[in-house]
Amino acid sequence: MVCQECGKKPATLHFTKIVNGEKTEFHICESCAREKGELIPGTSNGFSIHSLLSGLLDFDPSGKGSSTSSKAQTIRCDECGLTYSQFSKIGRFGCSSCYKHFEDRLDPLFKRVHGSTKHIGKIPKRRGGSIQTKRELEELKKQLQYRIIHEEFEDAAKIRDQIRELEKRISAG
Amino acid sequence: MEARKFTEKALSEWMRGKGPDSDIVISSRVRIARNLDNLPFPMLATNQQSKEILDRLSQVMQAAEMKEIGNFSEVFLSDMSELDKRVLVEKHLISPNLANESRNGAVIISENEAASIMINEEDHLRIQCLYPGFQLEEAWELASRIDDVFEEQVDYAFDEVRGYLTSCPTNVGTGIRASVMIHLPALVLTQQMNRLLPAITQVGLAVRGIYGEGSESIGNLFQISNQITLGQSEKEIIDNLHSVARQIIEHEKAAREKIMQESPIRIKDRIRRSLGILTHAEVMDSKEASQRLSDVRLGLDLGLIDHVSSDVLNELIVMSQTGFLQQVYGRKLNTEERDIYRAALIRDKLSKS
Ligand SMILES: [Zn+2]
Ligand SMILES: [Zn+2]
Repeated sequence: MVCQECGKKPATLHFTKIVNGEKTEFHICESCAREKGELIPGTSNGFSIHSLLSGLLDFDPSGKGSSTSSKAQTIRCDECGLTYSQFSKIGRFGCSSCYKHFEDRLDPLFKRVHGSTKHIGKIPKRRGGSIQTKRELEELKKQLQYRIIHEEFEDAAKIRDQIRELEKRISAG
Repeated sequence: MEARKFTEKALSEWMRGKGPDSDIVISSRVRIARNLDNLPFPMLATNQQSKEILDRLSQVMQAAEMKEIGNFSEVFLSDMSELDKRVLVEKHLISPNLANESRNGAVIISENEAASIMINEEDHLRIQCLYPGFQLEEAWELASRIDDVFEEQVDYAFDEVRGYLTSCPTNVGTGIRASVMIHLPALVLTQQMNRLLPAITQVGLAVRGIYGEGSESIGNLFQISNQITLGQSEKEIIDNLHSVARQIIEHEKAAREKIMQESPIRIKDRIRRSLGILTHAEVMDSKEASQRLSDVRLGLDLGLIDHVSSDVLNELIVMSQTGFLQQVYGRKLNTEERDIYRAALIRDKLSKS
């Protein structure tokens, strides 16, 4: 595989971005990587994954013109002061509140980067009890739907009882 | 000085252990990113805030649960020489980012060096666990256990929908980056890597060559890691990586068999030449050293060489890098000197093994 930058040397650095389920690959040789300051352990220059990412961030989800000229610039995190336009340049959040302040624009970004917008992994134990219960509830409701569609009413009734039980627990706090 | 005990020897204790599939998989690593609630991420934290983060996270070391996991020592980056930092980077105990850019940065390292916990890197907390061979689940279990201890003591930035909130959008959700470092000389030799790489990246994984000093790549070593951290559970992420790595291992095995069947003399010649050069050369640049060491490792795995230990090979891969060479010889070396000293070090280690 030849380097996509210079077209001469063999590409030795490879990385991939998944965008809406479509992958974009980058294949670069060592010297072009160095020139572009790609992420190479042992050097101080680990920035480019973020400049690459900022290419992904700098878009307008409404599809109406460039985001840099739109009101994107004016969205700002109250907590740390980072603006959306700064965020899209450096590719990093300033604090956890940025997630709330930029929320409207994050779904398309996360879809592009991860193909998904919702966390389904580990939950912190101390504060996770209610989240865990909510997840269980969602799961049970899905199962209930499935049983009803497949006319497995006896099972459906059992699941309905479990749901009631859980809901009682939730409202009891 | 505390850092010394981690920079003196090239091989971490864990590397001396033999892991499953260690003829192909060098190591398995899991890193998780976490942040404290209500404090800006390190990039925007004031000096005082990053000090507060350091203090709060350092305290967790004293927790009884932490002591149950192992003996940990904390090293502050501000107390370390540039050389010591470089050596820790070469041993993968800290990231280049922590070494070069952190404010109030610190690392908490377990005695056997299997776990290292970075403070004030890109995120407040980065827990990293490294195991020899193919042991992804084990690495995840240890990282998760350490994560639980921290979570018991401090409030994490966590959101019900987005999961663990991280500085970089590529880490949000689980905050987990799992990777395996694999040695694939036969797939490279039979020119199958070009075919394999796109297939690997198609399933949401990234492949990287391993780079040493500057941009010199290290012989036939590849790191495969997950790219997706949101919308998959940790188990799914680990399982996915595990099953893809498993397939690559099988491909590499098949390629090795094929080479041995089709051109045993040629491969034997190549391996023995490399061993000959390593044991006799006077000047050796790092690129050649990596390639030759890769050949010898392959020879060892194929049973074509028996008087070299894999520990010595692992050790040489780390030791022949710039930071370590300078550490061994006690001063800064220019390129010419490095190539001469590298050759001498390799000759010496191989003749003793
Ligand atoms: Zn190039
Ligand atoms: Zn913010």
